[in-house]
Amino acid sequence: MEAIIAIAIGILFASGVWLILRPRTFQVIIGLMLMSYAVNLFIFIMGRLTVNQPPLTTTRNIDSSQFADPVTQALVLTAIVIGFATTALYLVLLLTSRGLTGTDHVDGREPRL
Amino acid sequence: MMFALDQLILLPILLPLTLGALLVLLRGHEQLKFVVSLGGTLCLLTAALALYLLTDREVWPNGVGVYLAGNWMAPFGISLVVDRLAALMLLLSTVIASAALIFSRRRWSRAGVHFHSLFQFLLTGINGSFLTGDLFNLFVFFEIMLAASYGLLLLGLQPRRIRASMQYVVINLIASSIFLIGIALIYAACGTLNLADLSQRATSLDDTQRLLLETGAAILAIAFLTKGAMWPLGFWLPATYAAAAPPVAAMLVLMTKVGIYVILRLWLLIFAGQEDHWHTLSGMALVAGGLLTLCFGTLGLLSNLEPGRMAGFSAIVSSGTLLIAIGYGGPAVVSAALFYLVSSTLAVAAFMLLLELIERIRDPGAELLAQTMEAFDIDDAADESAGVAIPAATAFLGLSFVTCALIMAGLPPLSGFVAKFSLLHALLNPASASLAVSTLTFVIIALVIFSGLAAIIALLRFGVRVFWSIPGMKPPRLHLSEALPASGLLLLCILLSLGAGPASDYLARTSAALHQPGQYSERVLSSTPVPGAGIPDGEIP
Repeated sequence: MEAIIAIAIGILFASGVWLILRPRTFQVIIGLMLMSYAVNLFIFIMGRLTVNQPPLTTTRNIDSSQFADPVTQALVLTAIVIGFATTALYLVLLLTSRGLTGTDHVDGREPRL
Repeated sequence: MMFALDQLILLPILLPLTLGALLVLLRGHEQLKFVVSLGGTLCLLTAALALYLLTDREVWPNGVGVYLAGNWMAPFGISLVVDRLAALMLLLSTVIASAALIFSRRRWSRAGVHFHSLFQFLLTGINGSFLTGDLFNLFVFFEIMLAASYGLLLLGLQPRRIRASMQYVVINLIASSIFLIGIALIYAACGTLNLADLSQRATSLDDTQRLLLETGAAILAIAFLTKGAMWPLGFWLPATYAAAAPPVAAMLVLMTKVGIYVILRLWLLIFAGQEDHWHTLSGMALVAGGLLTLCFGTLGLLSNLEPGRMAGFSAIVSSGTLLIAIGYGGPAVVSAALFYLVSSTLAVAAFMLLLELIERIRDPGAELLAQTMEAFDIDDAADESAGVAIPAATAFLGLSFVTCALIMAGLPPLSGFVAKFSLLHALLNPASASLAVSTLTFVIIALVIFSGLAAIIALLRFGVRVFWSIPGMKPPRLHLSEALPASGLLLLCILLSLGAGPASDYLARTSAALHQPGQYSERVLSSTPVPGAGIPDGEIP
């Protein structure tokens, strides 16, 4: 299972990197989103992969290997919210730029051929 | 009494956050908004001054104050920590923020809808980054700071600013992703994100965990060095600075220093005192990166005639010098570097504010400004009676420019010279044998001196072109609220050079405390929650 997740994250991140190197703003924003998905998954599995186990309990003196790590879950929630907000902000910027410059090139003008 | 003092640590975050939210509600009352915003910033200045005195007088043990948010014990909850370095940076940030805010009163605060709110949020983020005691909150405050800076950079919505913002935003979003990867790796290695806890655990890791921690730290460093504009990660900086409105550019100068601050803090907290290959290697990486940054900044300074870009490159020069000093290490060098940090940040921020005023002599910028003013319906004429135009504007500008240039180039008698001199002195008089003078030391000294020479050539060339070679120059109209902030910042630099003795003593204490991370982490981890405030006492029903 570790291998599958690792490969998935790798593919997501690599696609993201490829897309942000493209010249159109739409490609860049999709690239950013893929990268942030990859990063969120990455944070999540840093608490080790567990299946069907609760993060919290009310009993004391527990065996911690029987529980999922709650810290990474909290971290990833925050990271998702922040990433979502900043990506939305970039989307607005992208549309403004498209409206004001008339092109969706990242430089704000078409390259001269 | 201590309880009340502890609350003061929260103020630099809470106050601007609340004010920023309240200011959104005030629509259209420009004067009121400005008064509230400035009042809040001045309160912050007082709070920063108080924290500065409290940490330096060691009112808190070892001069480290801890605020446990939510009353949770240190490694579990969110802790805010103020020590001498944090207090110094807070003071620096509030001083520059006050200057930028006063400067923005006449024009820039009205070029965007929520200028004051964004400005306060920016302050929340910057202050939070200085005060936070754990890595993940550092990320959160970084994002607050960046989100506000995106909005401020777009102020006035000119196509040039949008183009610069597009690149600035993308680079920072990527840097944030890298930041998160670094944090995740460090958490995987140590199982904690609290800086104090990390500092203690880093010494007792096995080899696999150690490798993870080092990888995480290296990845994290990429994010901060992008912020701190190390070559080759700092290409975004000149274009962004040149496009930003002057008060925003002054705040951006401060934000580069946030990156430098974090590197200084993390590096000394987690890796200092461990004389192993990793320590040497990362130190060398910082020195090498710093040297390349310095070269890049110097060449950029010499090859550019556009004032905004020149200011950007001088910020890069300052970053480069600081990185070299941090990487080189040793309490004396770091103390000198802190002096340089304060003096160069004040000077470059003042330069940013002066540039717009100087541009009025040259005029081509006035056209752009007029466009913005028209777009946002700012009536300049109505304002003529409100501000007091200062006399002898050209003489004032010339004098301020020369002061600024002297500080930035590091020529006597001002603070820039004191800073560079003490840096070179510290490099040549190593405290321990492991830092002995070598060829590298002389390369660093030669480059630092050469960068000063290049700065003075570039600035003189600019000064001569502006002040002496324009026929039929009309003295520009300057208002008190525009002239005051820049001259205030420069006056602080002059005071800093007059009081160089006490200032250096203070910075030596700061640097000595930084080189004893044990005290810091012990203080944070041993701080107890407030009793009787409904803390969970361990009995879970």
